[in-house]
Amino acid sequence: MSASSAFNDEKGGSSSVGEPEYGHDPASGGIFSSDYKRHDDLKEMLDSNKDSLKLEAMKRIVAMIARGKNASDLFPAVVKNVACKNIEVKKLVYVYLVRYAEEQQDLALLSISTFQRGLKDPNQLIRASALRVLSSIRVTIIVPIMMLAIKEAASDMSPYVRKTAAHAIPKLYSLDPEQKDQLIEVIEKLLADKTTLVAGSVVMAFEEVCPERIDLIHKNYRKLCNLLIDVEEWGQVVIINMLTRYARTQFLNPNMNESLLEEGSGGDRTFYGSDEDEDEDEEEKEKKAETPAMAKRKPYVMDPDHRLLLRNTKPLLQSRNAAVVMAVAQLYFHLAPKAEVGVIAKALVRLLRSHSEVQYVVLQNVATMTIKRRGMFEPYLKSFYIRSTDPTQIKVLKLEVLTNLANETNISTILREFQTYIKSMDKDFVAATIQAIGRCATNIGEVRDTCLNGLVQLLSNRDELVVAESVVVIKKLLQMQPEKHSDIIKHMAKLTDNIQVPMARASILWLIGEYCEHVPKIAPDVLRKMAKSFTNEEDIVKLQIINLAAKLYLTNSKQTKLLTQYVLNLAKYDQNYDIRDRARFIRQLIVPTEKSGALSKYAKKLFLALKPAPVLESPFKDRDHFQLGSLSHLLNAKAGGYQELPDWPEAAPDPSVRNVEVKDSVPEWTKCSSREKRKEKKVEKPFYSDSEGESGPTESADSESDSASGSESGSGSEESASRSESEESEDGSESEEEEEEEEEEKEKKKKKKELKKPVQESESEQSSEEEERKHQRKTKQRKSDSESESDEDEESESESSQSESEESESEAEVKKKKKAAESKPPSKPVKKESKKEKKEMSLLDLDDFEPAPSPQVTPVNTFLSNSLVTDLEGLSLSDTVLSPATIAPSSALKNYELLHRITGEGLSVEYCFSRQPFSPDANMVAVQMQFTNNATADTKNLHIEDVKLQSGMRVKEFSEIELLPAGETATAVMGIDFCDSTQAANFQLCTHTRKFFVSIQPPVGELMRPVFLTENEFKKEQGQLMGMNEITEKLTLDMKCRNEHTIVQRVTTAANLSRVPCGSDKECRFAGRTVSSSSLVLVTVATKEEGAAQLTVNCEKMVIGTMLVKDILLALTQ
Amino acid sequence: MIHSLFLINHTGDIFLEKHWKSVIGRSVCDYFFEAREKAVEPENVPPVLQTPHHYLISIYRGKLFFLSVIQTEVPPLFVIEFLHRVADTIQDYFGECSEGVIKDNVVTVYELLEEMLDNGFPLATESNVLKEMIRPPTILRSVVNTLTGASNVGDTLPTGQLSNVPWRRVGVKYTNNEAYFDVIEEIDAILDKSGTTVFAEIQGVIEACVRLTGMPDLTLSFMNPRLLDDVSFHPCVRFKRWESERVLSFIPPDGNFTLMNYHVSSQNLVAIPVYVKQSISFFETGPCGRLDITIGPKQTMGKTVEGLMVTIHMPKAVLSANLTATQGTYTYDLATKVLVWDIGKLNPQKLPNLKGSLTTQAGTPKPEDNPSLNIDLKIQQLAISGLKVSRLDMYGEKYKPFKGVKYLTKAGKFQVRT
Repeated sequence: MSASSAFNDEKGGSSSVGEPEYGHDPASGGIFSSDYKRHDDLKEMLDSNKDSLKLEAMKRIVAMIARGKNASDLFPAVVKNVACKNIEVKKLVYVYLVRYAEEQQDLALLSISTFQRGLKDPNQLIRASALRVLSSIRVTIIVPIMMLAIKEAASDMSPYVRKTAAHAIPKLYSLDPEQKDQLIEVIEKLLADKTTLVAGSVVMAFEEVCPERIDLIHKNYRKLCNLLIDVEEWGQVVIINMLTRYARTQFLNPNMNESLLEEGSGGDRTFYGSDEDEDEDEEEKEKKAETPAMAKRKPYVMDPDHRLLLRNTKPLLQSRNAAVVMAVAQLYFHLAPKAEVGVIAKALVRLLRSHSEVQYVVLQNVATMTIKRRGMFEPYLKSFYIRSTDPTQIKVLKLEVLTNLANETNISTILREFQTYIKSMDKDFVAATIQAIGRCATNIGEVRDTCLNGLVQLLSNRDELVVAESVVVIKKLLQMQPEKHSDIIKHMAKLTDNIQVPMARASILWLIGEYCEHVPKIAPDVLRKMAKSFTNEEDIVKLQIINLAAKLYLTNSKQTKLLTQYVLNLAKYDQNYDIRDRARFIRQLIVPTEKSGALSKYAKKLFLALKPAPVLESPFKDRDHFQLGSLSHLLNAKAGGYQELPDWPEAAPDPSVRNVEVKDSVPEWTKCSSREKRKEKKVEKPFYSDSEGESGPTESADSESDSASGSESGSGSEESASRSESEESEDGSESEEEEEEEEEEKEKKKKKKELKKPVQESESEQSSEEEERKHQRKTKQRKSDSESESDEDEESESESSQSESEESESEAEVKKKKKAAESKPPSKPVKKESKKEKKEMSLLDLDDFEPAPSPQVTPVNTFLSNSLVTDLEGLSLSDTVLSPATIAPSSALKNYELLHRITGEGLSVEYCFSRQPFSPDANMVAVQMQFTNNATADTKNLHIEDVKLQSGMRVKEFSEIELLPAGETATAVMGIDFCDSTQAANFQLCTHTRKFFVSIQPPVGELMRPVFLTENEFKKEQGQLMGMNEITEKLTLDMKCRNEHTIVQRVTTAANLSRVPCGSDKECRFAGRTVSSSSLVLVTVATKEEGAAQLTVNCEKMVIGTMLVKDILLALTQ
Repeated sequence: MIHSLFLINHTGDIFLEKHWKSVIGRSVCDYFFEAREKAVEPENVPPVLQTPHHYLISIYRGKLFFLSVIQTEVPPLFVIEFLHRVADTIQDYFGECSEGVIKDNVVTVYELLEEMLDNGFPLATESNVLKEMIRPPTILRSVVNTLTGASNVGDTLPTGQLSNVPWRRVGVKYTNNEAYFDVIEEIDAILDKSGTTVFAEIQGVIEACVRLTGMPDLTLSFMNPRLLDDVSFHPCVRFKRWESERVLSFIPPDGNFTLMNYHVSSQNLVAIPVYVKQSISFFETGPCGRLDITIGPKQTMGKTVEGLMVTIHMPKAVLSANLTATQGTYTYDLATKVLVWDIGKLNPQKLPNLKGSLTTQAGTPKPEDNPSLNIDLKIQQLAISGLKVSRLDMYGEKYKPFKGVKYLTKAGKFQVRT
């Protein structure tokens, strides 16, 4: 190491390589000092008051670190300066700290408070750098501090701080993988961020922490696509790679119908390179417009989101960053329709001008692409011509590409090129060229003879390597049509005298043996010569000599019998046991003795069987099952952390999961039409209005509120309020609206929560369920209506008279499909529970925390350590205070949205639990659905298909609605047996044109029906349901809810129970039975002074009981 | 992502290491040294190596290896591109990227590396942002620093990272506002023995040097943008405008930067400025050969060809060369077997010629392979593709900047086969 003098002076001595790590003391001018004195002057300098001395010392220390010297014993002296005023000293101290904190954990803790202070600094850059250093300190004890800091930073005002938070996530994850779930929540939140600064970093974190949680991307997909061009280049690479994987799970293979596609777009295939830029937008519009029509004519229509991705990534092919270009190229290769992939060729060829390392990687990928899509690179053939100055590895790769590109039309040009390569000085390259010629010859029949002749000429080349390589290739070529080429074989036989390369000798011998009948005179002579030199040959040559002898013995035993025996005898005493074995085996086989069995009869068949010609394949064949551009592809082996590129789904998952509504797209007409409708039909359930919902979204919740609000507003709130009054007075019809705004808010917030849905029993089922649930944009609202036992009976009866056969008919098949489609995202971690919607409402403002699941409800949730649960509980409680949750004490049935107008392309569906007995089957819960056609066209044949249920659950479909004219509304009742669980029932709602994935999930309170009990009966039953079956909670009643009437109203809203008469006015009692199993459910609310109260639920089914407690608790406390 | 970085000189010493996650021992580099030895030439070391626990991705720049250690899947180009960016940054800061310079500025380099990656993921790679955080050393500043004890680390916090135009810092001020653009074109060509063009294309680049006050918004338009076959841009260029109007619209970074790269293909358009008449032959009998090269102008568009130079990698057997040049000087390096003929300006009246004999090693057969000629040349004030900048407009600022465009044509990978 000959460092420049200036450097050495500063470091006070030389730094030779072999120098012992500790012996060298940069501070003491090269004098070896005893251990404890080491770095003393550095310590002194660090302790001084002068910043310049400190700086000097720190510089020297960092220089030591940079050179890999140990400076850990200075830790105490350095860490003292962590709060130094001088910025450069501070920075260097940070550098030191991050490097050695892991080794000196206790001392490192001294510095933590400085960073914690920094996290609160008003300057965003200081906050960011504090977080950055804090998260880089790899000390396990501070994990909770880090976690808190990250969470805080994730909702910071400054996008730069949020970006730093995203960077900190993988750091914390690598330090403590246990934090995964919490980190995922932070990631989820940051994914919703709308700034370009954050996007790249958070996707990076996503890829490192939870790449399998593809579901987190849905809502952010379009945003990411649109932001992509403005994200910094490194982020672009990560996002594009992730979106490639995403698209593979969500869209259909655009080439699945290749023949059809080619027919359709055969015209522009030829021009794709040039014209497409201009045409694309137009094309796309056309496509969109034609969608319904094309659906009939052609089986494949590209999802607009798929198109969006392709369109938004295309400009990035012009990036200066090779990694970005490659990322886009691989995206196009894996996702684009065949006809469009061509655009990437030009950009990739451009990269060949770059540094040789870039060329190396690009060529590897091009080589893989050329195998599948040869046409794409054909116009650029000449760009792959080889220069004598290219490094060998580049030459070989270019050769590979050229070989892959060879076809009948360009082969002559390519062969001419190859001819010049053979003259190259680089022998490895020449050898590769010869192999390439061999491959061209096998692939293209027309030039086989030309190639063969050329190769034979090479046999007279002076370079032995060239000759040897030629022999090997010729051997392979001859195998294809040996009879024509006995001349060549003769020529090669002569070569045995000169060629020394073992592989080549072995090849010649094999050839002569194999085709000894074509050269009957020469073959024995060759054997004679070889027998002479047998002992001096390499092992592979020896084996081939034995083979040759055996074959000659079988065909021409007269001349060669003695020779063969001689060779076999030599081989018998060879040093190599392979050769000895082979000799013994062959002797037994070909020399007939009395002992030799039946095999020797077949010896000739064994040895001279027709051998299939070898197939010369590209080493890049089938490499494309790795994602192109990845490390794994380059190595052709799976690298750690590689995410498989999933196969296309057979059926596209519901595209509406990506729907995000835009605030200002509230179409005017919906308002009017729905209002009119309502006036006509009073029985109808109203829409909610969202007009107020747009106010005041918090910064972090920006996009969620966006997604929820917007065009949803079917009716203005004022209007609905007035209507609700009239409805109330009318009769006990089941719909009513109160406190619209609050409910809207709830609903919005609920959407946020939508992703975090209940635990399912089996994992696969669960993932599919979750998918479903996210698909729907339901808006749950609950309105109590205990008195509304009205005139619904007849209707529900008539509606439900339909056959059950329909539902099961295609179920099995579709289930299969579904599984295929949805098992793609690898098993998702079990999501936390927030089943009780009331509870949800109270916690709606929380983004990073969910209500702590109660242990009974989450039997699957075992992975959550207890401590974590309590953690969560504590946190969520403290945060609840911050969110003034609002719930409407309403007295009507609550409507839930099954299908939103946007998703349903004009068709909106709501449902409510009508609390009527479902007459066809007493074990079913009646679900009343209301269909509204907001579209301009009629909807026909509304029916249900593909019902997917947990085992035991059953569904009774409503009878098909044949026609729903535009602007009209219809209702229907269906029955679902939920088996006393809150599992969702998933099915497809079909119209004559489309199918929508929807699901209905009951709140626990709807799983029961009221029963009438006397007070005595109640007490008796209660007495039998003690212990485990009794759940008691203390609560403080809401201010508005201190009288008996409200309590009754709220409880009956939350659950379908009936009041039990009671002597005391301090107690309210309710009773019901679960619908499916008729288990008794008893609820007691005992009130005390000051709004204190005690809630007791007795139920045989503990799960139901627990959930019910929560629901009622929420209803009463808010 | 990127776990650690080692800088290794051509003799195989590790002279700088930086770890962004846990420390990885130097022994991991042994796998690299093994491959380095096997490859003979440093250019031939595979950029990606697999070891039992790590993956090594390296680049070779300025006789240095930048070796990064990777533990999990990451696009190799991502790492390679980043390593080159590191080398570019070092070059940008210190004028060159060499072992000596890095050792002299080891602390600054280390600080740069610290800022460029966070936990192995690129954080600040824009030179404008970096320069705000860590000032590049100048002679004046280093003198001042030694006297006053001041430092190179900026005491203002970098604002570039926060803005929407991360490549430009705010509050730029100049007394002379100027914007210069160099249109530099390189001809890549392969000519065969007879002088016909096997392959030719033009690669162009527009290098800009912009020193303008405030936040100027520039628009650069061409007379003939249709010439450009394929382009790639600095992130500052608005791609939409290019797509629709074929003009370059951008807020420039401060200082020097590469605005765009472009590609002009379609062979007939490519003018080859010189022709080469050559014959290199070795005799069957006797250890010698003959060499005769003449270069003349072909399509030079009336400009003079300068900086003409011919480089020939001779076969291993050639021991020495005894030549006479009518113009310029020649050198023959015995160790690398490279013959360089530096001609200088091409005079169309008196064509340069190099002629003479070559001595080959006695006893060895005559070399079969003829070496190819690499030509280097320069033509000032000409863009060989004919590309012309028509105008440069500035919006957003009031003052009138001084503007200039320069054209230059160079030979890129210009090779004549023999």
